[in-house]
Amino acid sequence: MPEGILCNKKPVATREDLDALLADSNGKKYYAEMEQLDVDAEKLWATIQKTMKSRTKTWLEICAHCGLCADSCFLYSVNGRDPKQVPSYKIQSTLGEIVKKKGNVSNEFMRMCMDTAWSKCTCCNRCGSFCPYGIDMGVMFSYLRGLLHSQGFVPWELKIGSGMHRLFRAQMDVTVEEFVDTCEWMVDEALEEWPCLEIPVDKEDADIVYMINAREAKHYPEDIVEAAILFHIAGENWTMPSEGWEMTSLSMFAGDWEACKMQVETVYGAMERLRPKRMVATECGHAYRATVIEGPYWAGRPDGKPPVECIHYVEWVAEALETGKLKIDPSKKIKEPVTVQDSCNYVRNAGLRDCTRIIMKHIAEDFREMAPNKEHNYCCGGGGGFNGIGRYRKQRNVALKMKREQILATGAKFVIAPCHNCWDAIRDLEEEYEIGIRWSFLKPILIKMVEVPEHLLPQE
Amino acid sequence: MYEILTGPLLWIAFAVFFVGLAARVVLYFLGLDWRLDRVAYKPHMNHGIKGAIRSVYRWLLPFGTHSWRAKPIFTVMFFAFHIGLVIVPLFLEGHAVMIRNGLGIDWPAMPQLLADILAIAAFLGGLGIAVRRLLLPEVRILTDIKDVMLLVLILTLLGSGIIATYHTANYSFWITLHVLCGVIVLLTAPFTKLAHIALFFCTRIQLGMDFGIKRGGMKSNFDW
Repeated sequence: MPEGILCNKKPVATREDLDALLADSNGKKYYAEMEQLDVDAEKLWATIQKTMKSRTKTWLEICAHCGLCADSCFLYSVNGRDPKQVPSYKIQSTLGEIVKKKGNVSNEFMRMCMDTAWSKCTCCNRCGSFCPYGIDMGVMFSYLRGLLHSQGFVPWELKIGSGMHRLFRAQMDVTVEEFVDTCEWMVDEALEEWPCLEIPVDKEDADIVYMINAREAKHYPEDIVEAAILFHIAGENWTMPSEGWEMTSLSMFAGDWEACKMQVETVYGAMERLRPKRMVATECGHAYRATVIEGPYWAGRPDGKPPVECIHYVEWVAEALETGKLKIDPSKKIKEPVTVQDSCNYVRNAGLRDCTRIIMKHIAEDFREMAPNKEHNYCCGGGGGFNGIGRYRKQRNVALKMKREQILATGAKFVIAPCHNCWDAIRDLEEEYEIGIRWSFLKPILIKMVEVPEHLLPQE
Repeated sequence: MYEILTGPLLWIAFAVFFVGLAARVVLYFLGLDWRLDRVAYKPHMNHGIKGAIRSVYRWLLPFGTHSWRAKPIFTVMFFAFHIGLVIVPLFLEGHAVMIRNGLGIDWPAMPQLLADILAIAAFLGGLGIAVRRLLLPEVRILTDIKDVMLLVLILTLLGSGIIATYHTANYSFWITLHVLCGVIVLLTAPFTKLAHIALFFCTRIQLGMDFGIKRGGMKSNFDW
């Protein structure tokens, strides 16, 4: 059987396609079909010839096989220093072999590549900063994911996630109406405590357009209200778009570059329509990477920049605290030891290491750094889509061990994780290993600490 | 044999070495593609150059990066090996004479003692790297026959050169072997992993530009 009904080379195009995939519990039928899926060697090789130029070709060719990347990879460390987890080995034995064989590889080989690309690499890019040649295996694994996706070898959840972006321009099925409704009723509920609170939708020429992760709209709407309250207290002139508010990109995890482009163009469309001065991104790492760092290239923007200046939530908070837009009640600062998770996507890969340190200076009395930290911090254990793939749950749980050790070593029982993926991984880590920690985004703890101007309080 | 090796063949080897490596560098940069690499090289060249300089400089510095500091023993072996391999061939008195005679230019030479120390350090460093390759499972799994042959070639080049310096009984054998290895290195460099002599700078510049332009260089400098 060359192409399956669920598992094939065609991306999700209709609601029916999506529903059929969703109805297949745990992707049982999907993965069974994958075992029969043909490899289109000709197309694979043609794609490689067209897309693999100097940079990647040279990386594959000149690797000195020195093994310095081994210890840089947390998956190598937590898997008993298994030599098969050495980043160089992982990429040479997958992408390297496909190139050597000019695309003439078997179905079984492609499935091995899929398992390697999604369960042995989170695309955290740490190895790239430890290689003397600067060979970034995270970048190469992302490239490999694209090749695998084009041949239909992609984990079930990510085919669905990517399909969601194609159909709804969001990683979850949230329509424009549902989103606007959610904003309205969340504000209604908060009005008693916060008179005059609003979530201005589609306001043009505001100072800030705020964009989020679809999970917030679907499962954690309180997060949107918290953001609204903090903008309200800070006196910001802000808005949210009714369409194009979703910054995440499961299609980036899936290697579905076409869907990445569709998604990010919707977001940029909202920026161009509303003409804000700046965009503030919610507390999510990959969403920021997708929309701000990689997105401009998917959209073919030659300057590599989104249409308006984009900042991450940690940048906005740091700025608001430094300028006094948000003031912390000193008696409410966090007294217990607290540590911060540096998200690979906006720290190592976007240079925002200092923001959370500035924030900690304002809100915590006993801030403890993890070791290593900043651009050399380890992945939470669930990045790059790892958290969401049932097929690799066991491997993901092993991967959490590095973060467990790092957190335990700080002595802190409270972890601030301004990133959805990291937040999830740390939640799962507590569930799996019960080390007695709590974890939080910034918004809920800031709300408890900020001084509220008199005129914003409810009138008795 | 020695005459052939140090005669026309040597000049051909030098030509292959320099032209070949120059071609690799040119082809490398011509092959960079802002869309495929997802780095807007041209519009942000100043940030790119800044990132590139930092990236090359920090990695050329012994213990200059987190990676070098994480592996101090390897770092010492690595720099002993590479410093000797770069400096001694250029400024050893025996080589300087050949350059002066061949090119008719005034070429400086280093004191013999310093050259001996650097060459022996390089040999020991290379030996250490070879032993490490055999002992560590994470390096062994990556090792292929080409890696081994390359180390054998370079260690033979160094070892024969060191022995020849002392004009032992078999001087002509050792010096011929030394020149032969040298010619092989020059002839194969552009086509093997030895191309890193030039490509190291290319890939480091590229990643430095990537971080300098796209991955945060406009907000903070990457701390290699």
